Amino acid sequence: MSDDAVDSTRASGQPSGPFLLRCGPGEAILRLDDHLARGGFEPVRKALAMDPDAVTDEVKRASLRGRGGAGFPAGVKWGFIPKDSPKPKYLVVNADEGEPGTFKDRYFLERDPFPLLEGVIIASYAIRANVSYIYIRGEFVRQIGIVEDAIRQLYDRGFLGRNVLGTGFSLDVYVHPGAGAYICGEESALLESIEGKPGRPRNRPPFPAQVGLFGCPTIINNVETIACVPLVLRHGADAFLKMGVPGDGGPKIYCVSGHVKRPGLYEAPMGTNLKTLIYEYAGGTLGDRPILGVIPGGSSTPVLTADEIDVAMDFNSVRAKGSMLGSAATVVFTEGTCPVSVLVRITRFYAHESCGQCTPCREGTGWLERVVESIEHGTGRPGDCDLLLSAAGQILGNTICALGDAAAMPVQSFVTKFRADFERHIAEGRCPYSRA
Amino acid sequence: MALRFCPDNEARFQALLPRYPNRRAALIPTLVLANREFGYLSREAMEYVASRLGLPESYVLNTATFYTLLRKHPVGRFHIQVCVNVSCYLRGADHLADHLKRVLGIGFGEVTPDGLFSLEGVQCLASCGTAPAIQVNDDYHEEMTPEKVDRLLDALRRQALGSGGDRPGTGGVP
Repeated sequence: MSDDAVDSTRASGQPSGPFLLRCGPGEAILRLDDHLARGGFEPVRKALAMDPDAVTDEVKRASLRGRGGAGFPAGVKWGFIPKDSPKPKYLVVNADEGEPGTFKDRYFLERDPFPLLEGVIIASYAIRANVSYIYIRGEFVRQIGIVEDAIRQLYDRGFLGRNVLGTGFSLDVYVHPGAGAYICGEESALLESIEGKPGRPRNRPPFPAQVGLFGCPTIINNVETIACVPLVLRHGADAFLKMGVPGDGGPKIYCVSGHVKRPGLYEAPMGTNLKTLIYEYAGGTLGDRPILGVIPGGSSTPVLTADEIDVAMDFNSVRAKGSMLGSAATVVFTEGTCPVSVLVRITRFYAHESCGQCTPCREGTGWLERVVESIEHGTGRPGDCDLLLSAAGQILGNTICALGDAAAMPVQSFVTKFRADFERHIAEGRCPYSRA
Repeated sequence: MALRFCPDNEARFQALLPRYPNRRAALIPTLVLANREFGYLSREAMEYVASRLGLPESYVLNTATFYTLLRKHPVGRFHIQVCVNVSCYLRGADHLADHLKRVLGIGFGEVTPDGLFSLEGVQCLASCGTAPAIQVNDDYHEEMTPEKVDRLLDALRRQALGSGGDRPGTGGVP
């Protein structure tokens, strides 16, 4: 895997990266002493000397937006924790990395867990939580072991447990394993899962900041978001903000996969152009073939055609192009690929992962899967494209959580943008791309 | 024969309990342990977990059946999961899956007659940058080719001849 961090040095006076992907190829920093030798835990010491609300303010000023997909400002979210609640507060880290195309959080879990754990300490302190759970997807057996080992090292040296670094602040951090359910990456489903239940999303309001885990105020943040928190403290909110674009601070990890020469993780400033990611960092397309489509932010985000990829990869710019930055999981496919076959994989996934709670999603994702598969297999009927658009439209916005939207958006965008391909499948009664 | 955790897993189970304000929250980690120790979650295994946590059996069944890694059927000693999602598909996952099915003589959801291998198509493993990927028990094998699959199967067969103590792999032990 090519995971070279791209040097994000910019204007003079700004600190130079990489900030997040600091491990070189094949390298991992799993011993606390190695992390400390690189200046580790300075941000934690800095934060613990501040008032907790001042830490939250700093993160707000940094415009650190949630890296799990929604892009909600982390500091604003932390500010929703009620100040007067006598209940315990919880910080939950979402390490259920499951959005197809996304493989960035794995980097921290298996190669660099300490910046994540520093962020856990700082965020817990800011929201006044004394217990934090890191929810790691069950497939990550090795990664669970690595994070647990890192946590043990921190307990042994007084960075976790009672009276962290003699400051009077106490924090316990536990890994909670997932057990194979994409929906548990949805924050309220994740809470249900920790509570020992099927991962069925909750109605909101109340939001987790008011009524979250075990009925207590809870903040849920993605791994990469939490790993950014020490950077905010180390470099200051202003410098962090300048690493990105206005309103969207910091460096970003981009996941590039599919038909590119160098698939992998690339760290670059928030707002890096999608074409730069594909053609410079990932080395261009396999065989230098022309691009047919790019899924910019994970399989749920609307596909972009080749003439739509001149876009800055930040939350607002990608939205302006009619798609979403999501988890910055860019999947590239080139000409010669059957777009219907790509959509088959995506619709099958969402049908499989629907929790079944809301009728439009439970029934609708099955319809989307069956109709797209029948088109791909040559048994599609005239009118199926409109049927798909209609079914997708009836799921969109009509479900408790965003999985319904996640299933509907790719269908709408693929059918609209590659409609001629879908119609050709139906007219010819076969996949025109299949060699058989 | 009544099921019970081995001493190591009993210690892991005991360590889980103080992490949560109630026993119900320890359910999924305990099911993960049971899945790993007993190979899959038989009715008996779920009843055992229910009794250890003081939960109704129906409650345990309701949760266990929601999660794909909590297996309801036995798998092979080496459980091979092939990612069939979009990034792996674009990098040849179908060819890889066809190759595995051919050399093992089984389809997805099946176990070889000798109980050594089972095969399953799974959703995204978060290995999109190193596609196509498979997971065998706890370990990921990435940037796979049919040739690398053949070498891996040979190594696993040799491992099976060399030792007898390996259990089927399932989800993570907390």
